[in-house]
Amino acid sequence: MEVPEKLRYSVEHEWIDGDTGAVGITAFAVEQIGDIVYVELPAVGTAIEAGKPFGVIESVKAVSELFAPASGKVTAANTALADAPETVAADCYGAGWLVKIAITNPADLNTLKDAAAYRAMIANS
Amino acid sequence: MLQTALDSRHRALGARMIPFAGWEMPVQYSGILEEHNAVRQMAGLFDLSHMGELYVNGAQAGAALDYALVTAPGKLAVGRAHYSMICAEDGGVIDDLIVYRLADHKYMVVANASNVDAVAKELRERLHNFDAALDDATMRTSLVAIQGPRAAAILQPLIDTDLSQLKYYAGVETTACGVPALLARTGYTGEDGFELFVMWADGGRVWDALLAAGSPEGLIPVGLGARDTLRLEAGMPLYGQELTRETTPYEAGLGRVVKLDKAGDFVGRTALEAAKDRPRKMLVGMRLTGRGIARTGYPVYLPAAETGSGLVTSGTASPTLGYPIAMGYVPPGTGSPGASFEVGVRNQRVPAVVVPLPFYRRPS
Repeated sequence: MEVPEKLRYSVEHEWIDGDTGAVGITAFAVEQIGDIVYVELPAVGTAIEAGKPFGVIESVKAVSELFAPASGKVTAANTALADAPETVAADCYGAGWLVKIAITNPADLNTLKDAAAYRAMIANS
Repeated sequence: MLQTALDSRHRALGARMIPFAGWEMPVQYSGILEEHNAVRQMAGLFDLSHMGELYVNGAQAGAALDYALVTAPGKLAVGRAHYSMICAEDGGVIDDLIVYRLADHKYMVVANASNVDAVAKELRERLHNFDAALDDATMRTSLVAIQGPRAAAILQPLIDTDLSQLKYYAGVETTACGVPALLARTGYTGEDGFELFVMWADGGRVWDALLAAGSPEGLIPVGLGARDTLRLEAGMPLYGQELTRETTPYEAGLGRVVKLDKAGDFVGRTALEAAKDRPRKMLVGMRLTGRGIARTGYPVYLPAAETGSGLVTSGTASPTLGYPIAMGYVPPGTGSPGASFEVGVRNQRVPAVVVPLPFYRRPS
């Protein structure tokens, strides 16, 4: 299962790119959620807080909350997902990104898992 | 946790297993959308062995069921089946059922897995004054269903019965895939399809034969996830959601099922006669016209109303129709087709319009 080296990962299976502030869900999360049919994201300018819900992603069967991997202010939301939520599953580390944030405290990223640690975590679940 | 006779097959197929009504059941194999679409376009294979098979045998079996249920099984022709319900004295629904008349003095009542014990207990008590006995065959019966437009073509070479002669809601004892089976043209998907009741240990043989014969035709195994979206599109109620002990058949839009004109008393008659014209709520189908998906328990509002006046019982993004659909209860008299409501989806109000049920009807 793909786990890109350059990203950092939360225990809730979100990823964040420390360079761009892009946030998304991992391939593991995509597999767990199943067919994605709806994504609800915060508006630009919304402050989101590490570990707190910032949106929802829905499969045919269930609603899953999205948890912020770091605190920051939303600078962009992937509005293309409104009409094409399946993009999240098709390209979760690329075109299926969810939001971009201006990270409040870049040192927060050190509390997240690197690719090796995240790989080990999902291997045990 | 109980396992069906097909448990090892589900795991070998990579199914995701979930606890359901005391059983470990497959919720999905390849994915809910793919499975849903296979049933609409080709065929799907289901393990429904968790459902309850309750035989009622005896010289007064028909009369006993006439007393126990809201329908008139005594009038069923041998080889035919009908949709029924067992209600409490207060008219609340204990379960919805399919009743098959297998012989003059032999019926099979199929109950939801979550209600088998309650239904068996109630039936035993209600049969007490009749020459009729209950035989709970749930744990010695495997139930495999094949549903979809190609189901008949896949099944026909494997059975001894001419399917063109088997009507909807009819059942026949036959040989299927080399084993004795009760074959019924029934289902819970909105498609043509069949259910095969066989001995517990024969379930694997039937499953394997149908999977092998159907795979070239696009048949795939289907879990409870797609079973739920398929029945919802077909406007079929699910016990625990649309149907509860606090709901009468009339409120659920199923008043036609209750045979108040049948001779003799039956459990719930007095309450149902009174409830007929005094519903406390009404079940509607809704199409959401804004963004968002209605889910079980979400509030339903009259437009611009401060407080909710109803509740969503089932909702999803309809795979076949491509828009969000829901069933739910609204105040009596408010839910005519075309009526506007709003569904509370988290912190938003999503507009919805009442549409006739079913949402989906198969092309004839």
